[in-house]
Amino acid sequence: MQVMTFNPAQPGSGEPEVETLAPRPEPPPSSLSRQSQSMPRVTPVAPERTIGEPRVRNAAITSRAVSVHYGAKRALFDIDLDIGRFEVTALIGPSGCGKSTFLRCLNRMNDTIDGCRVTGDIRLDGLDVMSPSLDVIQLRARVGMVFQKPNPFPKSIYDNVAYGPRIHGLVRTKPETDELVERSLTRAGLFEEVKDRLKAPGTSLSGGQQQRLCIARAIAVEPEVILMDEPCSALDPIATAKVEQLIDDLRKNYTIAIVTHSMQQAARVSQRTAYFHLGRLVEVGPTGHIFRNPEHQLTVDYITGRFG
Amino acid sequence: MTSRGRSPSRLPSAPHAVPAPGAPAGRSVPPSPHRSALAAARTRRRQRSERWFRACGAAAISLGLAFVVALFVSIISQGHSAFTQTQLRLDIEFSPTVLELTAANPSAEELGKLDYLSLIRESLTRKFPEVTDRKERRELVGLVSSGAPFVLRDLVLQDPTLIGQTRSLWLVADDDVDMVVKGAIDRAVPEAERRIKDRQLVWLDRLAAEHRIEGHFNWAFFTSGDSREPELAGLGGALVGSVYTLLLTLALSFPLGVAAALYLEEFAPKSRWLDLIEVAINNLAAVPSIVFGLLGLALFINFVGLPRSSPLVASLVLTLMTLPTIIIASRAALRSVPNSIRQAALGVGASKRQTVLHHVVPLALPGMLTGTIVGMARALGETAPLLMIGMVAFLVDIPGSVTEPATLLPVQIFLWADSPERAFAERTSAAIIVLLVFLMLMNSLAVILRQRFEQRW
Repeated sequence: MQVMTFNPAQPGSGEPEVETLAPRPEPPPSSLSRQSQSMPRVTPVAPERTIGEPRVRNAAITSRAVSVHYGAKRALFDIDLDIGRFEVTALIGPSGCGKSTFLRCLNRMNDTIDGCRVTGDIRLDGLDVMSPSLDVIQLRARVGMVFQKPNPFPKSIYDNVAYGPRIHGLVRTKPETDELVERSLTRAGLFEEVKDRLKAPGTSLSGGQQQRLCIARAIAVEPEVILMDEPCSALDPIATAKVEQLIDDLRKNYTIAIVTHSMQQAARVSQRTAYFHLGRLVEVGPTGHIFRNPEHQLTVDYITGRFG
Repeated sequence: MTSRGRSPSRLPSAPHAVPAPGAPAGRSVPPSPHRSALAAARTRRRQRSERWFRACGAAAISLGLAFVVALFVSIISQGHSAFTQTQLRLDIEFSPTVLELTAANPSAEELGKLDYLSLIRESLTRKFPEVTDRKERRELVGLVSSGAPFVLRDLVLQDPTLIGQTRSLWLVADDDVDMVVKGAIDRAVPEAERRIKDRQLVWLDRLAAEHRIEGHFNWAFFTSGDSREPELAGLGGALVGSVYTLLLTLALSFPLGVAAALYLEEFAPKSRWLDLIEVAINNLAAVPSIVFGLLGLALFINFVGLPRSSPLVASLVLTLMTLPTIIIASRAALRSVPNSIRQAALGVGASKRQTVLHHVVPLALPGMLTGTIVGMARALGETAPLLMIGMVAFLVDIPGSVTEPATLLPVQIFLWADSPERAFAERTSAAIIVLLVFLMLMNSLAVILRQRFEQRW
């Protein structure tokens, strides 16, 4: 476990500005209670400050005071959360709690949604992700994504994997491409199953294979971070087990943030867990700690299956 | 009681009726609203109305098919005869004296100016020496098409050594002869009421007895331009005009329409303006085509000064007319591409342009092509706007470029339908057949293109 309490004097942790890491002044409580009036009342209410330590040393991604509005509706309230390097961070919470929204902030996929407005500060190794001058294409090459439903391109398995490297100019020649495709499929644990039919359409694979193809497609671009938005929700238990094993293997080389509805999955694959509730980050901490000793009543209720 | 609703008739023999082993014997089945006599009546009523519903649909289809069949039978039965042309075999002596040729080595210009009609007159006089009266001789020569001397001239120009020789040649007959041979002119009608005299019928019968009258395939119908003489009139000009116009319309409207649809669907931010544009496009698709013709007349001819009745102006007008159709179809095709594909592409770091060009457009292409070809087919059959831009003119020449005056297939049909000669009636139907074949070819092209592109999943 790499989770540590935050130490401002930590050098070389990749944190950009000390100021952004300092605890923010308390937001005026009046504004907060006004915000929550449109939300359905659930008792107990989410705390104003996240329980646990949202920051980690040597984070790959840091986010500070991230808020998201969909039109007039506020979906996220001042989220502070770091994604630790070379570990799996699980984002859990009931439907509509904002965990997928938060995930999509990290590679600016929210840009594609009309009326979505993101504020706050997100940094990928010091790079200002929110900057309007940032080239999102470059960002998405560094922060790959795997979606809820397996969505291979309607092309061959080979082309699915080769597409990303080709458009980013990572491969020039056919042998280079072949090698990268093989390496990516092998890392995704799919190569042995598909090596004889690389020219077959990606959509001809089974659901679990398709999802692993999507993971292979994501890692072929050689990202630093992989975001996974409920990658197993459309898969059967056997395929899920394979993908979970794969996620665990990938942790050695990649930073992973995974949204999941399955508590068991979060417990199995992640090292840190963040519990979201109605747009707020309620509690965050080492996975073992969150599942064994949840502090907030909402976390307790969710983990024990009282709602969600 | 799972089987009752579906097939009550099979119920008595159904194995479900056998009580399960170990079930308490003699236990009564609890009452249910689905097992009463009323329920059976409801079932029968529902089944009856289902059958009615199906029958209505089948009747509608049959009625529609009947109309289509009636249309085709009527047009083909009237038009098929125009594809053959009655020809007369005459022994033509290319005599220099009859031609009044004086020069020993005549130039092409001199040969072109000779009176070739006299050759035909001479040939017929030799065949029917008893005809001496001036009026009768004019009627006799009238059996042959007025275009025949030009055929002879072209033969001589091609091969000047023909002068002095005698050849047995098939020459196109006059349209009235054609109509008699095809049975469209009734011999029983009194002479004063038909366009062909009794004398001429006698001569025709004599020629027929000598096997000098035959129907030949009418190639000229596809190659020559329009003419006042039905036997010389062809669709060549209209076909060339239609092809020019259609190709130009396609070249203008497909890229414009697809680009507009791509921008509106993939790039434009949602706004009030977008809604306004959408409403405007939908309304434009419903604007009567003659209004587009007026616009073309005012804008392209009067304001810009493009040549009147040219395929260029026609295609501009038809582009305006088909653009809304293509945009709407292309937008629908783009909208049907699953969003997960766009997300997948954006997720691996494809730019918006790469996402659209590499993933969205290939999937939407079959739909776009279908919309475009439907639009093109509509453009091909359009007449009203063409009348407004002066394409209704009588044109003999086949257009050589898109700026030359031309006529199009539907306009040609309109012109011929207006002509009084009996022979134009069958030509009108034949032209409709050609137009329909043209349309079917285009539609099959659409189907082929669709399948080709859909094979890429």
